[in-house]
Amino acid sequence: MTAFCDVAFLLLAFFILTTKFKPPEAISVTTPNSVSSKAAEDKNQVLFTISPEGKVFLSLSEEDKRMDVVDDLNKRLNLQLTDADIKRAAKAEFFASPLSTLKSYLSLEPDQRKGDALPGIPCVDSTNNEVNEWLASAVNVFFGAKMNLMVKGDQDVPYPTFKLVIDAFKKNDQMKFQVVTNQEAVPEGSPLSKKQREGAASSSAEQ
Amino acid sequence: MADIGEGGGGGHKKGPGVKKGKKVNPRVDLTPMVDLGFLLITFFIFTTTMSTPTAMSLYLPKDTEKPEEQNKAKESGALTLMLAKDRNVFYYEGILAEDGSNFKSTNFKELRNIILDKKSRTDAKDLVIVIKPNKDSKFKDVVDALDEMTINDIKRYALVDIAEPEQKLIEVSQGASQQ
Repeated sequence: MTAFCDVAFLLLAFFILTTKFKPPEAISVTTPNSVSSKAAEDKNQVLFTISPEGKVFLSLSEEDKRMDVVDDLNKRLNLQLTDADIKRAAKAEFFASPLSTLKSYLSLEPDQRKGDALPGIPCVDSTNNEVNEWLASAVNVFFGAKMNLMVKGDQDVPYPTFKLVIDAFKKNDQMKFQVVTNQEAVPEGSPLSKKQREGAASSSAEQ
Repeated sequence: MADIGEGGGGGHKKGPGVKKGKKVNPRVDLTPMVDLGFLLITFFIFTTTMSTPTAMSLYLPKDTEKPEEQNKAKESGALTLMLAKDRNVFYYEGILAEDGSNFKSTNFKELRNIILDKKSRTDAKDLVIVIKPNKDSKFKDVVDALDEMTINDIKRYALVDIAEPEQKLIEVSQGASQQ
């Protein structure tokens, strides 16, 4: 019995120490798989999430950046937000409303900003693409600092929506970004797996 | 099960008037503790996130209007993949023939062989793969196609909008295959 108990608590300690709670997500998204093994950065994130219905959400990892971005939008586009509205933006895990209703969106309680009822950032065609404005503000805010621009799309997102988001990136001269994926194994016998094996062999030979 | 024994249950007989020496069993029952332990383990197993998301870097070329600034692709080294509905892939080599004779259909399973075949036949510096997703393709298809470039170690590839004649050919062939 004692041994059993020991094992149980050892496992318990392991899981407590390794667990990392999922950050609240704008919307649940099943990302596609890729062989990329680089872990996604979680600092200075500017993440556009695309839901299966094609709605676009923006999340920023830093609270002060959220405020700065909303402040910048307010100044550039004259959205008539008050200082209190901008302060509230710090607590917004993600932004999912047209710019015209941003004021009422920010006045929502954080637990009301959930689920599928949110309108999302309008991204319908090349003339009605507010991702542009959000990204332009983010670029202003992150000026001189490193911005980790990412796209996280559900695997069933239709390509035209993804393209509109990319077009907005191009418009803002953001030519480098990352696509969030799930890792999968490199297929055996492919050039990449050969290359990786050679790389491993040469690095071990150097040692 | 969960009671603590009364120290041997009476023990041997003593004389009258002699008090029973109270013997306490030193073993404490651990069952509730183990239960709790496993309950917590199950909780942490369910809440833990084992797979951390990875990121695939993507670099976009700048759109230029001036033809002299655009990247030129050699006809012999070009392979164009078109992604369509239901994970169908169409492809052609070089330039699309007027009558669409070099327009072929495939799927994601065959795609790797086609790319490797093309790679083995062309000079490494001429090889360019052009990926053209059409409006019915999904995000997963695009990521899979881009991933295929990494897997097959293709240095030059591009994500381009689909052209009208290609879109028409896809519609025709998909309509034909559905009948």
